[in-house]
Amino acid sequence: MDQALSQLCETVRAASEARSPLLIRAGGTKDFYGNESSGTVLDPRTLAGIVDYEPTELVITARAGTSLTEVEQLVTENGQMLAFEPPHFGAHATVGGCIAAGLAGPRRVSFGPTHGGVRDFVLGAKLIDGRGELLSFGGTVMKNVAGYDVSRLLAGSMGILGVIAEVSIKVLPRAMSHHTLCFEMTETAAVYKLNEWAGRPLPLSASVWHDGALFLRLAGASAAVRAARHQLGGEGIDNDRADAFWASIREQTHPFFEGEAPLWRVSVPSTAPALSINEPQMIEWNGALRWMRSAQPAERVRECARQAGGHATLFRGGDRSAGAFTPLTPPLAAIHRRLKAQFDPLNIFNRGRLYPDL
Amino acid sequence: MDSTTHSPLPPTERSLPVDAVKQRSLVAALRTFLPEDAVLFREEDTRPYECDGLTLYRQLPMVVALPENEDQIRRILQLCHEHKVPVIPRGAGTGLSGSALPHPGGLLLSLAKLNRIVSIDARARTATVQPGVRNLAISEAAAPHRLYYAPDPSSQIACTIGGNVAENSGGVHCLKYGLTVHNILRVRGLTIEGEVVEFGGLAPDAPGLDLLALVIGSEGMLAVVTEVTVRLVPVAQTARCIMASFADIGEAGDAVAALIADGIIPAGLEMLDQAASRLVEPFANAGYDLDAAAVLLCESDGTPEEVAEEIERMSAVLLAARATRIQVSNSEAERLRFWAGRKNAFPAAGRASPAYYCMDGTIPRRRLGEVLKAIQALEPKYGLRCPNVFHAGDGNLHPLILFDDADPDSVARAEAFGAEILELCVQMGGTVTGEHGVGVEKLDQMCSQFDRSTLDAFLGVKRAFDPAGLLNPGKVVPTLHRCAEYGRMRVHAGNVRFPELPRF
Repeated sequence: MDQALSQLCETVRAASEARSPLLIRAGGTKDFYGNESSGTVLDPRTLAGIVDYEPTELVITARAGTSLTEVEQLVTENGQMLAFEPPHFGAHATVGGCIAAGLAGPRRVSFGPTHGGVRDFVLGAKLIDGRGELLSFGGTVMKNVAGYDVSRLLAGSMGILGVIAEVSIKVLPRAMSHHTLCFEMTETAAVYKLNEWAGRPLPLSASVWHDGALFLRLAGASAAVRAARHQLGGEGIDNDRADAFWASIREQTHPFFEGEAPLWRVSVPSTAPALSINEPQMIEWNGALRWMRSAQPAERVRECARQAGGHATLFRGGDRSAGAFTPLTPPLAAIHRRLKAQFDPLNIFNRGRLYPDL
Repeated sequence: MDSTTHSPLPPTERSLPVDAVKQRSLVAALRTFLPEDAVLFREEDTRPYECDGLTLYRQLPMVVALPENEDQIRRILQLCHEHKVPVIPRGAGTGLSGSALPHPGGLLLSLAKLNRIVSIDARARTATVQPGVRNLAISEAAAPHRLYYAPDPSSQIACTIGGNVAENSGGVHCLKYGLTVHNILRVRGLTIEGEVVEFGGLAPDAPGLDLLALVIGSEGMLAVVTEVTVRLVPVAQTARCIMASFADIGEAGDAVAALIADGIIPAGLEMLDQAASRLVEPFANAGYDLDAAAVLLCESDGTPEEVAEEIERMSAVLLAARATRIQVSNSEAERLRFWAGRKNAFPAAGRASPAYYCMDGTIPRRRLGEVLKAIQALEPKYGLRCPNVFHAGDGNLHPLILFDDADPDSVARAEAFGAEILELCVQMGGTVTGEHGVGVEKLDQMCSQFDRSTLDAFLGVKRAFDPAGLLNPGKVVPTLHRCAEYGRMRVHAGNVRFPELPRF
């Protein structure tokens, strides 16, 4: 164990002895996300750097404090990508924060090997638990069923189980060819069409509907993209403009995300009909992710998401007194509490960030 | 009683007696809410449940219960929880690591009767099924919609989705389409206390920690699965396969890396070494090049144009990587013939030798050539043959150690050979099990792969879901005592049941 790592373990041990809460925070790009937490800031950026990257293994291992941009640049130079297209939300995003927040971008719902969220691409992780012990889960190989899959559990865990020290992430080759199409369409027609297309072997790599327009990104082998363009019709958009557009969706710099109105992230089955709250929306992931700007009370938004078969997260802004995340059923809440107690027995990490009692 | 603290011994010596008094009282309690034929306890009735696909471990269960619905399972679990009776869930019993090995004082919970496809939603591309539904039955039911369930463990005609969830099963197509964990949206289950829990959901994510990811591959130790919603994907219009020969096993390994480096993710990428080709060819007539040191099967799927483009790229890469011969399938029949040898490797091994022991280690791809040569070098040391078939694309090896199970010395050598291969996989930065699970089989090697703190964290996860430690106890995570014993203890060899099933 090198100095930076043993120092971090020592800091955790000391905090644990003093029962003093820690707030794990690197670049702070996702401070807005989740519930408020407090404690002495623990900055894992002392742990930085690529540990291993062998493109033919399709895996990159990096320390948690490594800049997300650095990782993406390196894999891009090698013709590869982080398939889940994570948002940065700022210049100082780190790999650890990306995993802990568990947020995926437009490519989350795509066809073929690139399909999946953050956890689908996590192969292994090192974690400092609440006792200051360094644990090592998973590994660097694609197929590994030795022990419980704790490394995937860390994706979206909001730092409540421990300090992520290092992660191994599966990477994939960048598509040979990509192309964006635009269609004029109502919300209902767009959701209908997207589900129909997703049931066919088309190289869909992202979709966005907003304000009467549907944007569709195709990515794959040149022949497949060419054939799909021909089949689907729509208006082609030149690649530079399209790249800027998809970046504005991923990073939420699109005008839809401007302003102070609370931003809700409503996650539903892709075939769910239009939500019962009629407020401005942007729909991603073939209909499964519905961003909504609404000042309605949390109970009302959550009920609307529940009716649609999903759940709602207060993503940015608004009144978080009802919690940023949809409350858990009692048996799941009990498992959460016991898991938290196993990893962080003295409850020092990111208190309340995910749920008030965790 | 912790069955895992016992060293592997021949079945007759290992199987522990059942407590007849406890058995009578449990049977009586179960029969207050289960029909008579759903509760088995006589030896002739429980004998078929004494092992799963790993037959060297055998143990009669105290009682076997065959519930038909979730409510019956709930009542069984409540009863067992109240009386502190261990519960061992079981699907089709095709598992290869002893995850479904019964407990002498426990109830074996067969989920076989829950075999209904609840619904298929073609528009949403999902299927909701009970745990006892066979893997292949899902794809068959989805076929009219031009959809299928992607993970295809080669026991797919028999294995159940509940078992796939428990083991996080793989298959030949997981390089491109993912493992079980990538293709399950929702698991409904019961805790050991009999409470209903829903992990995941029909939306792309669920609130809170991703417990679904944790439950998949947990070998029945965290919850009992009562219903599963799987993701269906569109059937590719066409598929073609390249069969490439290599004069050197290391070069074949390098060709795998070269394909990936070129940005290709084949739909399937499998390899057989020369011993394996020679073993299966008389059995399968696949047309393998028996002079080649290694045969690589490389598949492309998609639209006809896409496949044509990819096959061309793949062929160029393979030739540049010193393939000595290349043959591309020109018909579906020919493609299936290429695969027939690979898919029949296990039955062929079963025919060529009285017994064989299938290993399941995974290593980084770049170590393929090195590891295969090391395994070959070990053959004279143990006086046993070891043909190799494997998922080259994801580095998952299946060395097949051929031995004679009637000869204790041969069994001992096979055990030692297997242990050395698994240790080699760990040293190479890999894992002791890629897709078959730890079960009881690889408990010892878990001691080599993980440090004690991490193993204790696994035990902590187990406690969080099952504080009483009653669900499939003693599997997957070795105790401190067990790891201390490891080294003095011999690793056992195993036999595979259902030798007629193709295996990967």
